[in-house]
Amino acid sequence: MTSTLQPAAAPPSAVPGTPTAEVATEKSRKIALLRVLGPGHVWALGVGIVLVGEFMGWNFAVGKGGPLAALAACWLAGILYTCVAMIDSEITSTVAAAGGQYAQAKHIIGPLAAFNVGLYLVMAYTMLEVSNAIVTGDLIEAFAHSLHLEGTVDKRAFMVLTVVALAFLNYRGVLATLTLNLVITAAAFAAIVVLFVAAQPWAPGAVLQHESLLVGLPYGSLGILAAMHFGLWFYLGIEGTTQAAEEVRSPARALPLGTMTGMMTLLIAATLTWYVSTGLMPWEYLGQAVTPLYDAARLTGSRWLELFLFLGTLFATVASANGCINDASRAWFAMGRDRYMPVWFGAVHPTYRTPYRAIVFFVPIAILFAISTPLDQTITLSILSGLLGYTLMGISIVLFRRKWPLGTIARGYVHPLHPLPALLLLSLCTVTYLAVFLGYGTQLLAMMAFYIAASAWFVLHRYKYVRRGEQFTMPWPKPKGY
Amino acid sequence: MAGAPSPQSRKPPNRLPQGRTPYEPPAQSVAGQVVDALLMLVLVVITLYLPLLLKLAGGGTTTKTVENPTWESLGQNAVMAAQWEKLDFTPEKAATIIGTRFDYAFNWGAMAFTALIIVGYFVFLFRYSDKQYREVIAERFDGPPRN
Repeated sequence: MTSTLQPAAAPPSAVPGTPTAEVATEKSRKIALLRVLGPGHVWALGVGIVLVGEFMGWNFAVGKGGPLAALAACWLAGILYTCVAMIDSEITSTVAAAGGQYAQAKHIIGPLAAFNVGLYLVMAYTMLEVSNAIVTGDLIEAFAHSLHLEGTVDKRAFMVLTVVALAFLNYRGVLATLTLNLVITAAAFAAIVVLFVAAQPWAPGAVLQHESLLVGLPYGSLGILAAMHFGLWFYLGIEGTTQAAEEVRSPARALPLGTMTGMMTLLIAATLTWYVSTGLMPWEYLGQAVTPLYDAARLTGSRWLELFLFLGTLFATVASANGCINDASRAWFAMGRDRYMPVWFGAVHPTYRTPYRAIVFFVPIAILFAISTPLDQTITLSILSGLLGYTLMGISIVLFRRKWPLGTIARGYVHPLHPLPALLLLSLCTVTYLAVFLGYGTQLLAMMAFYIAASAWFVLHRYKYVRRGEQFTMPWPKPKGY
Repeated sequence: MAGAPSPQSRKPPNRLPQGRTPYEPPAQSVAGQVVDALLMLVLVVITLYLPLLLKLAGGGTTTKTVENPTWESLGQNAVMAAQWEKLDFTPEKAATIIGTRFDYAFNWGAMAFTALIIVGYFVFLFRYSDKQYREVIAERFDGPPRN
């Protein structure tokens, strides 16, 4: 059941009388995505995807460099993502189209870059979804163990259930999906705050034992560099706020507001998480734990807190996986609509008005990785795809300002101190490549092999199906220098 | 903060001088679309899943083994030992976790090769994208008259 095999949604901000408007008018007869989301939904979409990074995954940074190195990585990654949020807010509030960074790359850099950015988004979010499914399964198994129900729970069944149930929810409609995200994201954030308060940070030694548990730098200063790899996990995915640009009522206001408040929320949550976890667990355990905050709650000895953090972790993983399916499918949908991928994926469901084919397509891949690969590997695959995207973003903003200097087009938001955020972002990206190389070099090369092979396929085969001029849909003047 | 002029004041003209004929892509058959979609899945499996399945990629670690481990011999103080035990670990069970360390022995050749791949990828990406972008801009702004 589909409305059309042709590209479906109309491009945004079409100006009457322009060729874009004509294209838009023609396409608007077909089914478009619903504009129903506000700043709260944008915040929930960004934080909902990322908050799970406080519940799992970040702690592998402790394993790579020790607790102090993880704290340094937490704040360095915070700077990296602040740059990402600043740059992304400017570009997204100006190029508000489904696919977010993908649509931006299409208008600012060119088709091959856009194709790669689309793939970065899809892979980063799909692997994040996979990681969430893994943690959900492990968490339920650990909780069953805590209730002395060992051997009665097959965690793989819960991994599959998570992927399939959330794909179904996304299939049915974006408003219900993101409204649910708003509620469960708020509950998950509350769980972190409650754990922090219950740990009595005002009374060192009562619950938190930093004096006895905090060690120095087990790998020396190289550990700080190496920890940056998983330090990104505290915030990875915040840029996902841009994926629903075509479904936001007021993109110029809601996208920067939702993204920036989301970043502030995460900075606070990341610091609280590090403080509580390192005060309760030996670093060697923390560095490999699958559910560190749930374990932290167990160590407080309170059954109520354990139950609350079980639910908090569950909510965070479900909210994140939910947002990931939303974002990955929209990027894939946008690529299908532009013929970068088979146009069959560019269809919108006639009743639910969701990119249902794109949603269903990645379910088998997500299940395959979830039931058979280790958590640190799927997290690394997600981080690497995000990292490639951030590198491109740093260069993209320089090109954006050069091709359309300030004052030549209407921008919803102009980020300050350009080009300092871009230069800082590129420097921190370089550091992170080196961090991933330390310990995960083979995986870095495998990921590059994937994108190089995909690029060759796009250049040699796929691009012939793509219309040239129609890729540029914004009502802007010709870029400077062209 | 917002930029100055409205988009309307800078909109591209409706009628432009004769330029290039818009490129008309071939239609792709349903079978061709299925093959393209499956190709992407195969690429994901071969480049990303198989290395993990065959254990070719992953954390480069070394593990130090300790005979008859105790919390003291594993370098754990009393508070650390108490926390391990609350997590249902004995020294025997915790020994592997405590003894595992990342191997950060630096291979400059491997690092240079990896850097070359990443830089080469981005250089090609930007150069080829710019070539395609010029076609897009030419067709969008310098194309034939639109009715």
